[in-house]
Amino acid sequence: MSLKRNILDLRKRKEIVLQGGGEDAIKKQAAMGKLTARERIEGILDKGSFHEYDMFVEHQSKDFDMDKKVLHGDGVVIGTGTVYGEPVAIYAQDFTVAGGSLGLMHARKITKIMDHAIKMRMPIIGINDSGGARIQEGVDSLAGYGEIFFRNTQASGVIPQLSVILGPCAGGAVYSPALTDFVFVVDNISKMFITGPEVVKTVLGEEVTMEDLGGARVHACVSGNAHFFASTEQECFEQIKKLLTFIPWNNQRKARSFPAKAPKAEYNIEKILPADPTQPYDVRDIIKAVADDSDFFEVQENFAQNIVVGFGRIDGETIGFVANQPLVLAGVLDCDSADKAGRFIRFCDAFNIPLVTFEDMPGYLPGVEQEYMGVIRHGAKVLYAYSEATVPKVTVILRKAYGGGYIAMNSRHLKADFMFAWPTAEIAVMGPEGAANIIFRKEIKESANPEETRKQKVAEYREKFANPYVAASKGYIDSVIEPSETRLLLKHSIEVSGNKTVVTPDKKHGIPPF
Amino acid sequence: MSVKLEKFMLNGVEYKTQLTQKWINRKKWEEPNPYLLTSHIPGTIMHIEVKEGQAVEEGESLLILQAMKMNNQLTAPFSGKIKKICVNVGDKIPKGALMIEMEENEAV
Repeated sequence: MSLKRNILDLRKRKEIVLQGGGEDAIKKQAAMGKLTARERIEGILDKGSFHEYDMFVEHQSKDFDMDKKVLHGDGVVIGTGTVYGEPVAIYAQDFTVAGGSLGLMHARKITKIMDHAIKMRMPIIGINDSGGARIQEGVDSLAGYGEIFFRNTQASGVIPQLSVILGPCAGGAVYSPALTDFVFVVDNISKMFITGPEVVKTVLGEEVTMEDLGGARVHACVSGNAHFFASTEQECFEQIKKLLTFIPWNNQRKARSFPAKAPKAEYNIEKILPADPTQPYDVRDIIKAVADDSDFFEVQENFAQNIVVGFGRIDGETIGFVANQPLVLAGVLDCDSADKAGRFIRFCDAFNIPLVTFEDMPGYLPGVEQEYMGVIRHGAKVLYAYSEATVPKVTVILRKAYGGGYIAMNSRHLKADFMFAWPTAEIAVMGPEGAANIIFRKEIKESANPEETRKQKVAEYREKFANPYVAASKGYIDSVIEPSETRLLLKHSIEVSGNKTVVTPDKKHGIPPF
Repeated sequence: MSVKLEKFMLNGVEYKTQLTQKWINRKKWEEPNPYLLTSHIPGTIMHIEVKEGQAVEEGESLLILQAMKMNNQLTAPFSGKIKKICVNVGDKIPKGALMIEMEENEAV
């Protein structure tokens, strides 16, 4: 008899905790267009799979009348569950409880679930929605953040870490998302900045709104801090679930296999490249023409659009695609695109995802601004990432591959496993115009008709060097292929690289140009 | 292509492509004028130590700019003369604002 009473008592206690900050707070949350912490978790995980832990954790602080306050779950919900049957760990800050502010116990709950995820080798999803450090708890809040950031770093490259910004994430708190692998933002809901508008105004006198300083669009398009942008929380949840189907649970496994599917018939790979080499095309069409079901899940779609990165499948296996985008800035490499590509390549390498690179780039973006921003050390990131990667690496040169860019985009020399080139490929130290001007400068200058001579020399150079056959004759290209053979050759090369084993010299870690 | 394409010159070739907002908004390079002393950070002018027409030595303190809770001292980059003082005490200035214009000392 007593057991029944105990069970009823337990259920009553749980019900109180599940109310979070109370009905009023929940109403306020809804009024801002935001879901509650538990609603969000239910939206992401498989129905009925979520199990919550540490529901009854309470804060231990006494300063500033804190001992008179009851904060249910101390403002964060943690637990485990599954997404499409695969286990994940998850935490969601509860804005209805003290503004989701982080205190010592709040942080302890998060580090508990992070430790669990690292130990059990499963992905962790962190939903950020917090006013920041709980000022009343002083240094304890800072200590809490520090413990979280340390674990983000320890887990980096071991388990996939996803951060979802569904509210304010300001000050020190932003470093957790920054240390994770993928950041999801939602229009008008995400706010991420180190110092907020009030501080910016008082210290620097600049007036800026929260949205303009650190809203979802800023991070998706300008700063590159976000990887996925959604218009609603629901759309965001679908993106999270989709991403999880492409990546493995941890670095010891490969991503899940799916049944192979042919690309959609509407993407005819032979019809994409324009006849005029100065005309652009959307390289995503090429990716969709080779990927299973033409399903290409793009990462950082709105940032550094002159390079395209994302996940797809070939013959049912996840592939990481990196491709220059001639449609934007002629597909040049610059600081932002180098950062975007470098990070993505390293993620794929850490999690056993083969890399396919489509190359069509005329060079690096020139200009004083780029040089001052350090295009040298940023560009070096791509070289470093490709050289360091030991997953199967296949490159297909579609059109231009000039100079330093030819080397950087996963060339044979950075130990790409298979190098293919289309017949339209132009692999040269420089474009014909630039090269002819330098090599034949004297002839052009001394000619009776310099313009005519220049045109002739450019045509000569183009004829002789702007093609894949010179590189092929030296074995720098494995095979010149017809576009229609591309998917088959990608499938085959990934297949035969299944047991690739590379021995690298022993070292603690390299020193990439951060 | 239904998208609008712009011309983009690179290494002697004119490409047709879309331009990014960052590229369009980029600050064009201008050779810095050593006689124009501009602020390196937004802040408030706290104290002006020199007058127009005054001769100054290299390293001499010209004004104090309060920014980021610190008093930043602007010193003369070379020995010369103060041509014009473009700010007043109490002015809140942005980054890159012209504060003082200097000129060479006349040959004695």
